Amino acid sequence: MKLLPSPLVCREAVELVADYVEGALSPRATRRLEKHLAKCPHCSAYLSQISSTIAASGTVGPEDLEPEVLSGLVDLFRSYQADTGDSVRDPLDGGSASPS
Amino acid sequence: MPHCSPARAEGVTTLGRSSGASVVRVDDLELLAAIGAGDEAAFTELVRRYHPSLVKVARYYVGSDATANDVAQETWMAVVRGIDRFEGRSSFKTWLLRICVNRARSIGTREHRQVPIDPTEQGPSVPANRFDEGGAWTDPPTPFSDSIDEAVSNAELVAAVRGAISALGDPQQSVVTLRDVEGLSTQEVAELLGLSVANVRVILHRGRAKVRELVEHQMRGVDR
Repeated sequence: MKLLPSPLVCREAVELVADYVEGALSPRATRRLEKHLAKCPHCSAYLSQISSTIAASGTVGPEDLEPEVLSGLVDLFRSYQADTGDSVRDPLDGGSASPS
Repeated sequence: MPHCSPARAEGVTTLGRSSGASVVRVDDLELLAAIGAGDEAAFTELVRRYHPSLVKVARYYVGSDATANDVAQETWMAVVRGIDRFEGRSSFKTWLLRICVNRARSIGTREHRQVPIDPTEQGPSVPANRFDEGGAWTDPPTPFSDSIDEAVSNAELVAAVRGAISALGDPQQSVVTLRDVEGLSTQEVAELLGLSVANVRVILHRGRAKVRELVEHQMRGVDR
């Protein structure tokens, strides 16, 4: 006799949402979660919150840099340009800078 | 389809803020070419785009914010000096992050720093006191879009998410930044940080749950 899995409770369902949005749940677990979501507006709201959070993260955009950080980098850029002029650029110093 | 794609496209970043004022798309590669010709404004723009993420990723490997800033600074100088080495086999962003990670990792090794990997960290995604004994919600969430004024919702939500990500500890902050802010794939994040895909998923799960919780807290504070 094949035992059917017991229905999810909300506390269990929210732990599956992360893998669900990543598409990393097994088909069986996906069906089980979606069955729960279809009946549970609260867990659907939780999924909506997670999805909104992820979508908003992708639009965060650049943070405001501290002016001294930016000006320090621009100074270094100017120094480098002044040192090299139009000549051939120096190779990277040290192997660690080169991505493997 | 459940998968949520991060909004930033590969190699192209949206200029302008969530206020929706001006939105101009400038390819990273165009800026890189301009930097090669000595264009200071192009350099400044790329720094604005990626410096905060470089610092966050470097912080994963090194022991202080100051050192992470130094690593990010060295990364930019390595980019400027080695600009001709970029062959376009990966995106500029991936190339940049790899340079940063290589530098940060070697400094972290010198510092004998323990990389903060704790994928076994346990704890529920939602505090247990929000469920009854049977596991049903007693203090249920509401969609963020319902809890705030539509007209200000996006800017408000994005600001709350930005603050919440900054409040994460490592490794969650690095993983969420790379995956959700910079839009790298889970596989790319795993390769950059030397983690398994499974561990990245666990860390991402914890990080996103924490961000959701912090944002909800802020939204409720604003709304109620």
